[in-house]
Amino acid sequence: MADPMKIRASLKGDVADIRVMMSHPMENGQRKDSAGNTIPHHFIQQIWVEVGGKMVIQGQTGTSISRNPVFGFKVKGAKAGDKVVIKWRDNKGETRSDEATITA
Amino acid sequence: MDMFRRSLLKGVSASGALAAALAAGILKPTEVLAADEWNRAAFDSKDAGAALKAIGASSATDSKDIVLTAPEIAENGAVVPITVLSNIPNTISIALLSLKNPLPLAAAFDFSEGAMPEMQVRVRLAETTAVRALVKTADGKFFATQKEVKVTVGGCGG
Repeated sequence: MADPMKIRASLKGDVADIRVMMSHPMENGQRKDSAGNTIPHHFIQQIWVEVGGKMVIQGQTGTSISRNPVFGFKVKGAKAGDKVVIKWRDNKGETRSDEATITA
Repeated sequence: MDMFRRSLLKGVSASGALAAALAAGILKPTEVLAADEWNRAAFDSKDAGAALKAIGASSATDSKDIVLTAPEIAENGAVVPITVLSNIPNTISIALLSLKNPLPLAAAFDFSEGAMPEMQVRVRLAETTAVRALVKTADGKFFATQKEVKVTVGGCGG
């Protein structure tokens, strides 16, 4: 199981500023290990963001996304105390879901 | 049931521009970029033209209403912060490509239910390249802008 995401969600007016860092190698299938063997693909392919119980953002990602991906989003109409749930799934079918609460 | 797979983009609870478009029958739920299965054809495309075709964006209108923020010079191609903000009304999806990467399509995101059409990401750039942001609106049109990023040390190999 991958390490937890770090999620920060703070309110500016009625807009929630959401930042998330995912712990993931995002191997692009082009790097080689010390023995010269290609390190296989291992990367996040799909991301879902829910705020206050509503799916607000769905994303798909490829191997051009950096290791330990960081994403930032803005969601209008959010309130302090609303729950933010973020989930990812990678090309091996591994998933991780974490949540945070929007702070004022 | 996995709540995350029960995509509202396929369902009945969509709102705003997207719901209006769905209701009007001008937008099939599958026409947003990121709602369904991972788009293997697009992400496995080795050139930007093929990737754009695979997301249905063979033609796009250049637009100054897309704000693409990226460094002019990226010393470390492994981590290049990029922000895309669309000021185009009824934006439902944003995609980002690095044109000279081995696999150009970096990300595609759909926005609904109050999500503002803006995304911050960090990408790898293999070499000096143009990065291109694509915006899809609820009526199925694509708009684009791009910016050159000079890369000192490429971020893909090693």
